Amino acid sequence: MFDDRYTLAYRLYPYEKHADQDKPAPVRHPVVVMGGGPIGVATAIDLARQNIPCVVLDDHEGVGMGSRAICFAKRCLEIADRYGAGKPMVEKGVTWNLGKVFHRDDKVFEFNLLPEEGHEFPAFINLQQPYFESFMIERLYELQSQGAPVEIRGKNRVDSVDVKDDHVTLEITTPDGPYTMEADWLIGTDGANSPLREMMGLEFTGKVFEDSFLIADIKMINDSFPTERWFWFEPTHGSGASTLLHRQPDDVWRVDFQIGWDVDRKEELKEENIRKRLDAFLGEGVEYEMVWSSIYTFQCKRMKEFRHGRVVFAGDAAHQVSPFGARGANSGMQDVDNLGWKLAMVIGGKAPESLLDSYNHERIHGADENILNSTRSTDFITPKSEASHILRNAVLDLAEHHEFARPLVNSGRLSVPCVYDGSPLNTANALSGGPEITRPGAPCPDAPLGDEFLLPRLGDRFILLTIDADGPDSFEEDGVEVTRLALSADDDKTGALAARYLGEAKSAVYLIRPDQHVAARRDSFSDTQFRKALRRATGKV
Amino acid sequence: MAELTLTPNIDGGDDFYAELIGAHEGLSREESEAYNARLLLVLANHIGDRDVLKAAIDAAKRKD
Repeated sequence: MFDDRYTLAYRLYPYEKHADQDKPAPVRHPVVVMGGGPIGVATAIDLARQNIPCVVLDDHEGVGMGSRAICFAKRCLEIADRYGAGKPMVEKGVTWNLGKVFHRDDKVFEFNLLPEEGHEFPAFINLQQPYFESFMIERLYELQSQGAPVEIRGKNRVDSVDVKDDHVTLEITTPDGPYTMEADWLIGTDGANSPLREMMGLEFTGKVFEDSFLIADIKMINDSFPTERWFWFEPTHGSGASTLLHRQPDDVWRVDFQIGWDVDRKEELKEENIRKRLDAFLGEGVEYEMVWSSIYTFQCKRMKEFRHGRVVFAGDAAHQVSPFGARGANSGMQDVDNLGWKLAMVIGGKAPESLLDSYNHERIHGADENILNSTRSTDFITPKSEASHILRNAVLDLAEHHEFARPLVNSGRLSVPCVYDGSPLNTANALSGGPEITRPGAPCPDAPLGDEFLLPRLGDRFILLTIDADGPDSFEEDGVEVTRLALSADDDKTGALAARYLGEAKSAVYLIRPDQHVAARRDSFSDTQFRKALRRATGKV
Repeated sequence: MAELTLTPNIDGGDDFYAELIGAHEGLSREESEAYNARLLLVLANHIGDRDVLKAAIDAAKRKD
């Protein structure tokens, strides 16, 4: 009745009978999160930090096996850091900068993704997903031990939901039998195959790519590769139409082979057959241990709407992208970042329910951008037609000799956070000469402040950031408080703060949202204008 | 004499690439080849400068 669908890497939340299960009437919880993956746990942490009680229900008892998502980008790490889990990730993770692109047997070119200076976090790290999830779950338990109202219930499988106007009723199965629970709000973070989406009969549409990739995680025994990302188009070893190699922690390398659409999964996943591919690719005499393997097909799909009344979807349950460009877990974390403060404000009576419609608006915008980027990478890596195959190879041929063609080579574009251009929460730009990268809707870029950095100083509240400008230490509008962070361009001798936040302007005042996106900016403080901007940023205009 | 630009010169290269393969959608192999030839002539006319065109013809030749 309760078989695991996958093997666990770490059993972190074993089933325990909860008092709720014996209550005569269903217990009502403010927020229930369905799915204990990275996005569900992040949601719980975000809400717990705002003192909003939250229960996570998961049909397993811990973190699944397999490296799966391995590339975590800067914005994702910055969010995790705000939750208190970012630094251990960076410590454990592998940072790489050098990438090499090969076509057939020739190296086409190499690139160095030297990170921009003046950011606390690297542009990205490689880290196996079970580590990422474990750090997050550890953090959740740490918050719980400090009294935060958060819990995660293992082997609590939601079998049906009844969505009402003001709550959701959930029928749950456990090893001790069924029980009923009620939730004011239900957050669906139950992954790409979301049972919740299914139960609600909601569509998930988009594009399926007719190809598949075989992943093999290997631990090298008598040899090693450098900490670089290598991508082969049409390698002559013939083990795949393209092959990707990059490094993870623990001396494990991820190898991806593009193996075509009509494959016999069971046959391909036999260790002897995987080894045949690996041996052809690695050459004679290289010894390695197999750590994990899997076959994935990929698709770019999303739900039409992420919010359905009292049910809100986030992460892969809401949108799925092909893995090129690392936009799955990274965009899911940005969903949570966007949803957490809005949901807490609505629950706390500080903002109207309609604020959550801006989650729908902004994150659909984000999902579409991610789908566009990952579709383009997929089209380049696995060309759909002969014409696009010829064009792709022409780019690779030219790139070997001519610099101009190199930016056109697309083996995955690095995940960068989306700018919420056109969001109903934005107030039009009123800082003339202000940099594009910090326009209203943009995520705040980090900047050094002596021994510290800017983003941790912004935290997760509404902030009035003044740079060489006056302003009140705090102000309150309709129950929402704004705290000032007063800085001067001189606080950062490297000039990054001025370059990123002033541009041509002499002074600037920013209203920054709790998810560290810019809501409004002007050259000086105006009580009327910033109160209006705050109302707009909280869905009251 | 103008020089042939062989450093990156296209803003939004990914957008351009997507438009280019989009133009081939639904075309047969032969139609695609004909399309490429027409596109080439349109671009060549825009460049106009014979020295640049000559340099481009050479640059596109396989080096190996």
